[in-house]
Amino acid sequence: MAFIEIQNLRKTYSNEADCVIALNRIDLQVQEGSFLGVMGPSGSGKSTFLSILGGLCHPTEGKILVDGIDLYSLGSEKRADFRREYLGFVFQSFNLIPYLTAQENVMLPLAVKNLPVKQKRELANQVLGRVGLSGRIKHLPSQLSGGEQERVAIARALVNSPPLILADEPTGSLDTSTSIEIMDLFDQLNEEGQTIVMVTHNEENRPYFDRTILLRDGAVADDQNRAPKKMAQVG
Amino acid sequence: MRLETIAFNNLRRRKSRMAFLVIGLMIGVATVVTLISLTNALTADVQHKMENFGANILITPQSDNLSLSYGGIALGGVSVDQQEIRQADLTKINTIRNNRNISAIAPKVLGAVQAGSDRVMLMGVDIDQEFHLKRWWTISGQPITQENQLVVGASVATKLGLTAGSSLSVNGENFTVSGVLQQTGSQDDQLLIGSLPTAQRLLNKPGVVSLVEVAALCADCPVEDMVNQITAVLPNVDVRAIQQVVKTRMHAIDQFRTFSLAIAAVVVLIGALVVFVTMMGSVNERTREIGIFRALGFRRSHVMRLILLESAVVSLLAGLLGYLVGLSTAQAILPFMTEHNVNFHWNPLLGGSAMLMALMIGCLASFYPALHASRLDPTEALRAL
Repeated sequence: MAFIEIQNLRKTYSNEADCVIALNRIDLQVQEGSFLGVMGPSGSGKSTFLSILGGLCHPTEGKILVDGIDLYSLGSEKRADFRREYLGFVFQSFNLIPYLTAQENVMLPLAVKNLPVKQKRELANQVLGRVGLSGRIKHLPSQLSGGEQERVAIARALVNSPPLILADEPTGSLDTSTSIEIMDLFDQLNEEGQTIVMVTHNEENRPYFDRTILLRDGAVADDQNRAPKKMAQVG
Repeated sequence: MRLETIAFNNLRRRKSRMAFLVIGLMIGVATVVTLISLTNALTADVQHKMENFGANILITPQSDNLSLSYGGIALGGVSVDQQEIRQADLTKINTIRNNRNISAIAPKVLGAVQAGSDRVMLMGVDIDQEFHLKRWWTISGQPITQENQLVVGASVATKLGLTAGSSLSVNGENFTVSGVLQQTGSQDDQLLIGSLPTAQRLLNKPGVVSLVEVAALCADCPVEDMVNQITAVLPNVDVRAIQQVVKTRMHAIDQFRTFSLAIAAVVVLIGALVVFVTMMGSVNERTREIGIFRALGFRRSHVMRLILLESAVVSLLAGLLGYLVGLSTAQAILPFMTEHNVNFHWNPLLGGSAMLMALMIGCLASFYPALHASRLDPTEALRAL
């Protein structure tokens, strides 16, 4: 069985007047270790797709299994536990907590875990080292550049060693060179075996994905696999 | 990093909101502490006054036409022996059940004597007991130490031209005026005061007293019970409680207490409302932040605990500050409400109660905001997602 199994996923929003179909019967399987890009114009349902995959928002119909766990058969508190253990979120606008230092922000997912504080700190410092921020652990988000804040957000997503990272437009508010740095970082994590699902509309990110699906009007309009990077480099 | 760390850092780095919360709650706690301290101090003051005020039980000979005051003096001349109280019986008072509450038993004998060319009233007293009871007596000169000494009331002293050290002939015996009683405004001003045995001899009333004042020591001890107990051991006398002054004073304090409680309730309610509104605003302002927490895998209960933890910290701080401020305020106000110096002391019980009260109000007022926060839809909270 694939790592992520999406079966007949449907999501509609209804308001008084009409019913908006955000996602229309999506079937998708994602293998462990892949770097999936979800692209499409705005309004195509990318964000809804990611919220549902992240266990934040109930689908109208259909099933999502991650690592064999049927997400929406879990209660809401259990789903919170699932998010903590299985997912790392990287949000578009970093979403760091302004009154916590880089280190504290990274430790957030560990805050409700029963670990010695020292160990939590070590874990946080370790991932901050991995994203190249060893020197900035005591800084508040407001004292960091955009790229650095993004790295803190990535470190926060990694700290719990989750099997799956969900990234929503992570380069959306970064300049080109910083974007490249960040995408290189994601690429490096993927090389190390990390499964990543990234929502973006930035075509420049496309070469990094080893599979790209295109959403249009809530349905999969295109699904392309790219030859594995290493083989491509050899070729 | 634990939930506490998040709460503390939030409070530490958003000082202005925390200050607002603390002040809102602190004013409430301080008001309550002030009012309670004042009421307690005033009650203690009355108690203290009562103890100084002296007698609150009066024992007089059984008679229909006796007045309760020293007006009884008038009866001295017409008194009949069996109507007088026998001094020997007074020891029975010490056998009553509430005898521990008795601080003084002051017997006196009253009668008219010839002092020089004038007739004046002589009161024989048990020197120790009487001066213990009448702490407001101020004597220019010395109190009585010997049999042949007298203290004279201010009016008598003026009338007879006496000062401390003067000598005076009473019923033909020579006495020295050891001191003059300063103006009291009571019948005491009209009296010669001597020791009980001397007066009994001069008045020819051996072993007999005209009236007894008894001081019972506490504000709320059962004076009526004690009256009944004394009546039981001294069947042939009139025993009455003088409660009027105390009752009036206690009544005023009770009214003040009720009034205080009403004010305190209103202020506490306002404090709770301030906490509620501020916490609600804070939660709404932190919608996005709470969404992040939820997305990162915080349970609803974790979010709730986080908010309640913050309000608990704020409340405890407000409770402590409120206690300190309230106590200082009470200390500042008290001199305007009573002439006595009531010594204030740290009251750990009041302090603990203040903290507990603050904690309860803070947490109750934050409960709904916390619940609201925990129910926020994480996708709503993270609109960017």
